[in-house]
Amino acid sequence: MQSTYINPVYPYIPSPDQRTGVLAHHPVVIVGAGPGGLALAVDLAMHDIPAVVIDDNNTVSVGSRAICFAKRTLEIMNRLGCADRMVDKGVTWKHGKVFFKDDLVYDFNLLDESDHQLPAFINLQQYYFEEYLVDRTTDFDCIDLRWKSRVTAIESTADVTMIDVETPDGAYQLTCDYLLSADGSNSHIRKMLELESKGQIFQDRFLIADVVMKAEFPTERWFWFDPPFHRDQSALLHKQPDNVWRIDLQLGWDADPEHEKQESVIRPRIQAMLGDDAEFELEWASVYTFQCRKMDNFIHNNVLFVGDAAHQVSPFGARGANGCIQSAENLVWKLAHVLKGKAPKQLLSTYNSERQQGAKENILNSTRATDFITPKNHISRVFRDETLRLAKEHTFARTIVNSGRLSMPCRYEGSVLNTPDNDVFTCELSAGCVPKDAPVTRNGQSGWLIDFLGNEFVLMIKVADSNDQVLIDNLKLLNQHQDLSILLISELPLPEAFSGFGTQLIDTKSLIAERYDLTHGNAYLFRPDQIISGRWKQLSTTTIIDAHRRALGYEMEECS
Amino acid sequence: MKLNTQPNLSDPDRFYAALTDLHRELDRQQSECVNARLILLLANHVGDFETLQDALNIAKDVE
Repeated sequence: MQSTYINPVYPYIPSPDQRTGVLAHHPVVIVGAGPGGLALAVDLAMHDIPAVVIDDNNTVSVGSRAICFAKRTLEIMNRLGCADRMVDKGVTWKHGKVFFKDDLVYDFNLLDESDHQLPAFINLQQYYFEEYLVDRTTDFDCIDLRWKSRVTAIESTADVTMIDVETPDGAYQLTCDYLLSADGSNSHIRKMLELESKGQIFQDRFLIADVVMKAEFPTERWFWFDPPFHRDQSALLHKQPDNVWRIDLQLGWDADPEHEKQESVIRPRIQAMLGDDAEFELEWASVYTFQCRKMDNFIHNNVLFVGDAAHQVSPFGARGANGCIQSAENLVWKLAHVLKGKAPKQLLSTYNSERQQGAKENILNSTRATDFITPKNHISRVFRDETLRLAKEHTFARTIVNSGRLSMPCRYEGSVLNTPDNDVFTCELSAGCVPKDAPVTRNGQSGWLIDFLGNEFVLMIKVADSNDQVLIDNLKLLNQHQDLSILLISELPLPEAFSGFGTQLIDTKSLIAERYDLTHGNAYLFRPDQIISGRWKQLSTTTIIDAHRRALGYEMEECS
Repeated sequence: MKLNTQPNLSDPDRFYAALTDLHRELDRQQSECVNARLILLLANHVGDFETLQDALNIAKDVE
């Protein structure tokens, strides 16, 4: 059926680990080469940590699956060197329509904060997302991708993990310091370790279909509540690259998946949705149910669970793959620092605490959207329908209509790694937040702030008074501190006295000063995952060094 | 508590008459829909979540 994309076939290459007959040991083994596993491997490689990636297939996602990638995911991909291809290929939409029964209730135009390098989100089939990541892995010799390899047994102790791997050439064993389980919602690793992911199964079925339109069709997201062509259910239409349109049709719990998947059943429904004149080809279809669930702890000994294996959500609001990439990013710098001996092992426990917060937020948001789309009882249905009726005339009701909220990054406001504010900043940001982008120039070349954040700790300092000798003395001290790079932000080029202290950026539109509420001598400390870990109106070397240590987990109580 | 439960209606009798008049010609199902719309409209006017939560709590607890 699929005509617009041919899945690449990656070669199975026998591993030397298998040939030698000697039990090989690796610092990191990643199970699963989906979006999470691949992002983990590339990010670890950027920290010079080698990883073996084991996947039981030899291609990328079959079918489009995750299709909406939000700004934070794109910013992470930007740091990993993959965002350009994704944004170039992806579709960005801003317009949408909401229908209720026979009527158009309202249309909307998403207004995004301007002067960011990356869009609020793109639509892109998961297979492209994975393919670009696989291509990126080939830039790193330290990534060892092993296709057609399946983990059949695992033994996990406090110190070491041993796995059995089955390949077309038979089986072999290997050991590792850390095993990252990114093997999806039905994680075999999780099952073999007899660990649970607990939550709610929704009593509903959805048909997901990709169609290729033969004529022009607007680049808009259309959502129908209780449409005439599909009574009492919901329907969603939105655009992907290659002129492919994603259709989601709610079927109800009683629907027979095998019956619903037949083209003769799907076609008339879609025809009714698109109108009699629309000509289309069916590209791919699948029937699914979904769950919102998570593990109580994403860490078991030295096995760390990432993505759907750890936390699973309903598709409304695109929080599955986006949440997965945020988890992967949260884990990698911590693991890299622990493996290099630059942070205590207890830092890893904050992967669990921070991402539990992210997972809970994602589950809450997607459950709320699901409950609006599929009211759970009579009175919920009344409120839902009357909200939609009011929305036609009264804009307040449109804020209640929920067909999925755009995935927003988690704010780790209570994280033990943060240094709480002592000073007053008047802006939306705070410790635990992802950064806000802004245009900059460096040596006359234009660029973006986020390109200068990440991979290591970055201390961003605003300089307005270039005669401040105390600041220069502080910079001399901070410049000698390891794993901390300095970013000087100013309106005008700085004099010679400031050269040699890291990178100088010009805040061309004064948007860094505005978005971070910066005046002379103010500073922000960013973690290697770009998260803000502290900020100060008055720079002091000891304060920064304390905050840096805290962000590395040195101030945490010892975990048993 | 942020919710004002002290007398605040400018004309209580007139309001009550208008409320019951609104429902006089409606069947139960229509009334249910009208009530839902009223709650949504008034909730938006109140706006503040904590104040609304106070109202939800009182509505739930009154026997």
